[in-house]
Amino acid sequence: MNPGGGAIKASPEASTTRETFLFRLYIAGRTQRSMAALDNLNRLCEERLQGRYSVEIIDLLEDPKRARADQIMAIPTLVRSAPAPFAKVIGDLSNGERVLTGLKIGKAL
Amino acid sequence: MLQTLANPKTITSSGIHKSPTGIEGLDAITLGGLPAGRPTLICGGAGCGKTLMAMEFLVRGAIQYGEPGVFLAFEENPVDLARYVSSLGYDLEALERSKKVSVEYLKVDRANPAEVTGEFDLGGLFIRLQHAIDSIGAKRVAIDTLETIFGGFDNEALLRAELVRLFDWIKDRGITTVITAEKGDGPITRKGLEEYVSDCVIMLDHRTANQISTRRLRVLKYRGSVHGTNEYPFLIDENGISVLPISSASLDHQAYEERVSTGIPRLDNMFEGKGYYRGSTILVSGTAGSGKTSIANFFSAAACKRGERALYFAFEESPSQIKRNMRSLGLDLQPWIDNGALRILASRPTVHGLELHLVNIHKQVERFKPSIVVIDPMSSLTAMGDVMEVNSMLVRLIDFLKSQGITAMFVSLMGSPGSMESTELGISSLIDTWIQVKDTEFNSERNRLLYVLKSRGIAHSNQIREFLITSHGIDLMDVYVGPSGVATGSSRLALEAREKSQNLQLEQEITGMRLDLERRRKVMEARLAALDAEFKSEEQELKRLIEQKVAHHRQTFEDRRDMARSRRADIGPLNGSSKGNSI
Repeated sequence: MNPGGGAIKASPEASTTRETFLFRLYIAGRTQRSMAALDNLNRLCEERLQGRYSVEIIDLLEDPKRARADQIMAIPTLVRSAPAPFAKVIGDLSNGERVLTGLKIGKAL
Repeated sequence: MLQTLANPKTITSSGIHKSPTGIEGLDAITLGGLPAGRPTLICGGAGCGKTLMAMEFLVRGAIQYGEPGVFLAFEENPVDLARYVSSLGYDLEALERSKKVSVEYLKVDRANPAEVTGEFDLGGLFIRLQHAIDSIGAKRVAIDTLETIFGGFDNEALLRAELVRLFDWIKDRGITTVITAEKGDGPITRKGLEEYVSDCVIMLDHRTANQISTRRLRVLKYRGSVHGTNEYPFLIDENGISVLPISSASLDHQAYEERVSTGIPRLDNMFEGKGYYRGSTILVSGTAGSGKTSIANFFSAAACKRGERALYFAFEESPSQIKRNMRSLGLDLQPWIDNGALRILASRPTVHGLELHLVNIHKQVERFKPSIVVIDPMSSLTAMGDVMEVNSMLVRLIDFLKSQGITAMFVSLMGSPGSMESTELGISSLIDTWIQVKDTEFNSERNRLLYVLKSRGIAHSNQIREFLITSHGIDLMDVYVGPSGVATGSSRLALEAREKSQNLQLEQEITGMRLDLERRRKVMEARLAALDAEFKSEEQELKRLIEQKVAHHRQTFEDRRDMARSRRADIGPLNGSSKGNSI
């Protein structure tokens, strides 16, 4: 990924960004923080990735085994599983800038 | 923030419940194990055995004490952990399959910490731990190495709050937990984790001296329990971790009245004719080639003859060499080896560090259960560490052997005669009987001398004795005191010869005097006989004369009577003359 990447639609990068982003949001119960994270995520995706994202919400209280696969310790954790590169951010996603940086999603999207 | 998490209501002043670790020696030091249902911190530098200790705690807990355990691994990779477990003689996969141990890997990406986008907690960690505990019904948890977590998240204050929560969580669930942590420069651990774990803190250390590394363990604190406070050496071998001392270091061993032979009859005589006390510690020190090993072998062979077992640690000679050398003294060790009474264990002192030797001695003694142990020579071991260390090791070894009622003989090589090694000085107070063997050089020959430097509780001989090593064993010689002390070798022989000639001369003189006396008696008797003969002849002569006189007198009287008769004179009685007849 080219962090300072160009915003021109014709660039090869632009074609990759047309792919659908797959996210996994790990939470532990429907807590206030979990709900805040989900709201923040939805808002950010609607702003930046309209129609090109899909979020799977995993409640570890219900399915603790799933914490292993993505090495989850912090709650909430958001994982970008596709397209590459794999990326992970933690927290309630209230700082949108950091979410985008952490998920390696360019500003121009 | 940095308040300790003491929870006084759950801590009783005495009789707290403990979970045995199953680690040899550690349960003795902690008087029963780690605090049950509470966290214990094991801290130490890199490579000092923290992870192995944590894993051994889990594996032994699961196998020996029926308490399944979860290993929360922040650092090791699965291959390393499996290797640790197999070094304990178990198969990690099999343990996991049988739900005795569960390993949960928590990978912390230190190089690339996740971006923090807002508030978070470590709920995922708790959920995973809870899940792992629930899946096998775990009673024990090991967390290795917890502070790795600080590398994965930026918010240290939050992490500390979460750790406080974690320890509370552990205590609430009553899970006996071991947490390993890196040793720091100033505080005990690099991240000050000891602030949160206030129940029990164990320090591990790994130091190298004279190119031999020594591991040490210390119980820094143990709330609510008495514990050994010393630094105890420990080692990691094929059976995992062993901490010294195994069980001893107290002065309550029994003193025996029974005596055991030295194996050398005339040496027994120097100890009231009975030998050493059973269970005592004997030091045989001397210069090179002075016969120490021979004395030690006769001692162990005497035990075998009594039907006891002797364990001989040889650090300089191989068993076959010892056997050959003893055969040349008329001592055949083979039958004792064959019937299991004698075991000779030979190893080069340099193959192990000091503490491994000592642990090995412990193990062999516990396995073989001898009544006699010989360490030949002790000086090979003492050369391996610094004086303090060696002394404390020997103290523990001697205490251990005494507590088992074992009569122990230490052979020690001395440098120059008269000088004492510092270690000998250090342990001399622990030695009950000290035999000094030395060579003397005099009259252009070397001879062997032996004396008892001390022997507690025995009225031992204070004489310096010469001894000979001959084809029929060790002989103590009679004592000949020359002008410069005890005579040895040829000067003893010369003294012996001189004494013999003096004896001979005396005998001759006595014989001469006896003969003289006899002669004088004979002279006297001869003279008596001559006098007697002379007297007898005179007596005879006199008697003849008397006869003559009497006869003459009678004749005269008869003649006169005849004459009177013829003259018809009055004849009177022969008055008085009859008496004269008897003359």
